Amino acid sequence: MDKTSFQNLTRGLIKENPTFVMLLGMCPTLGVTTSAINGLGMGIATLFVLILSNMAIAAVKNFIPDKVRIPCFIVIIATFVTVVELVMSAYLPGLYAALGIFIPLIVVNCIILGRAEAFASKNTVFQSFLDAVGMGAGFTLSLTTLGLVREILGAGSAFGWNFAGSDANTMLLFIMPPGAFLALAGLIILFNKFIKRSAD
Amino acid sequence: MTSYIMIFITAIFVNNIVLSQFLGICPFLGVSKKISTSAGMGGAVMFVMTLSTIVTYLIYNLLLLPNDLTFMTTIVFILVIASLVQMVEIMLKKLSPVLYQALGIFLPLITTNCAVLGIAILSIQKDFTLLQAVCFTLANAMGFTLAIIIFAGLRERLARTKVPAALQGTPIALITAGLLAMAFMGFAGIGTH
Amino acid sequence: MLKKSNAKNFLSSLGGMITVLTLVAIISAIVLGVAYQVTKEPIEKAKNARELAAIQEVLPGEFDNNPFEDRIIRTQPGNRNTIEIYPGRQGSDVKGIAVKSYSDKAFGGRLELIVGFFLDGTINGFKIIEQKETPGLGTKISEEKFSGQFKGFDPSRGVFKVRQDGGEIDAVTAATISSRAVIDAIDRAHKAYLKLNAGK
Repeated sequence: MDKTSFQNLTRGLIKENPTFVMLLGMCPTLGVTTSAINGLGMGIATLFVLILSNMAIAAVKNFIPDKVRIPCFIVIIATFVTVVELVMSAYLPGLYAALGIFIPLIVVNCIILGRAEAFASKNTVFQSFLDAVGMGAGFTLSLTTLGLVREILGAGSAFGWNFAGSDANTMLLFIMPPGAFLALAGLIILFNKFIKRSAD
Repeated sequence: MTSYIMIFITAIFVNNIVLSQFLGICPFLGVSKKISTSAGMGGAVMFVMTLSTIVTYLIYNLLLLPNDLTFMTTIVFILVIASLVQMVEIMLKKLSPVLYQALGIFLPLITTNCAVLGIAILSIQKDFTLLQAVCFTLANAMGFTLAIIIFAGLRERLARTKVPAALQGTPIALITAGLLAMAFMGFAGIGTH
Repeated sequence: MLKKSNAKNFLSSLGGMITVLTLVAIISAIVLGVAYQVTKEPIEKAKNARELAAIQEVLPGEFDNNPFEDRIIRTQPGNRNTIEIYPGRQGSDVKGIAVKSYSDKAFGGRLELIVGFFLDGTINGFKIIEQKETPGLGTKISEEKFSGQFKGFDPSRGVFKVRQDGGEIDAVTAATISSRAVIDAIDRAHKAYLKLNAGK
């Protein structure tokens, strides 16, 4: 793999991590991460939409007049979101119910329109695919981590496996709304201190 | 009558759209450095949100539901909202250039403000009548405005204090938002019984 | 070269923009239509499977009919809500009744459950089918420690309330509102059941 491709693939993981660095898609990030599974599910759903929309937009970019670019992108993205929505409610009804309103809201996740504008509308289908995989994976990783931290602290379990016992006094704050803000703040501090610095 | 008052109290304080439902976080974090701009943002959101709920509610109940096209909800709603935002932008440019300048790049961002789409979808999911849906939307928009103005006030103060290096920027903003959310949790339970 | 610039000119003209937007809309409508047709049946199946599993779990004893076919729907006065009654029969003998009911008094919004009754009106058990309660807190209403209390309970005894309200049910710690909502939903189901019995 050449250097540009590699850069496009890995950019989203650390250097331009959508959650910890770019602060994009904050609503699902804070809203669904009450457990690691929910975070992972949301991340993967977003990853799918991102890959499909990035590739589709890169493929048709030459036929789209500049002035109606955004409406076209929105239609393309909304189509894929609805497809993901239908497929999830058919084959993963439990997860679909848990993620609730945040599934249709993938449409307005700034990451997706942002990558369409900043990357897919200027690059080839293959490079856009790599970019989507990197960004989507970065988003999924961050959401899963945040969900895991909140689940461990707040519910005393990890990926649904309860290690603290059902009567344990856990820090319930972390699965409640304020805990989302606090846990994310903590993770960003750690990310800046250890991961980003060592990557620079 | 009480049910309408309850809709307002619940939406503004108990289930605050930003602090407990996590809708509209992007503008909440992005446009909250000054009270004046955040108030403008709140006003714009209130206007667009109410308008879009009315239009999407009618489209859903008159067009999508009778024709068994409810699976198109997401795509139709986002298109309606995008066009409405464009319209508001053009109108604002003509009517109030000052406000237009203040909000600048943030107006197009309302399209990707999940609060607007979220509330339009929630109004449908909750089986509201049109009047209830409008009240619900207004109440949520007020909740958004209240949260973002309080938050901007806190951040204006924060800007003048010495923040530890590790917390500077986003972390301290998130911690402040967390504390604000904690304060709003004090309202929990009102209206449910 | 000339051809290319002609195409570009056409695309940025008004007609070109309208053509492109229409095309994008048509393609997306086709994609969505296909996705909808393909997933329609699995979605219906997934929903029914979940409810049927819940009915089987809460109905006392064996039954050999399909409760869905014998469903009785009762609309609630003044609103669009419905209560669904599923009799479990063995041959022509009714062995027990499952009732799908709801409460709007839950912490996170609507709560739906299916509750099974013996013929004397005592509860066999209940299963939550839809809830938006706080994970790790309100969701504990599904756990045996709380739900086990309902087995053999007769709601007409007049103490069908949480202990805080002078009843005999121990609410889930820190989730009194969710616990009350369960009782509210079961009480509604029980009333519908009594009404059905009286009507016979």
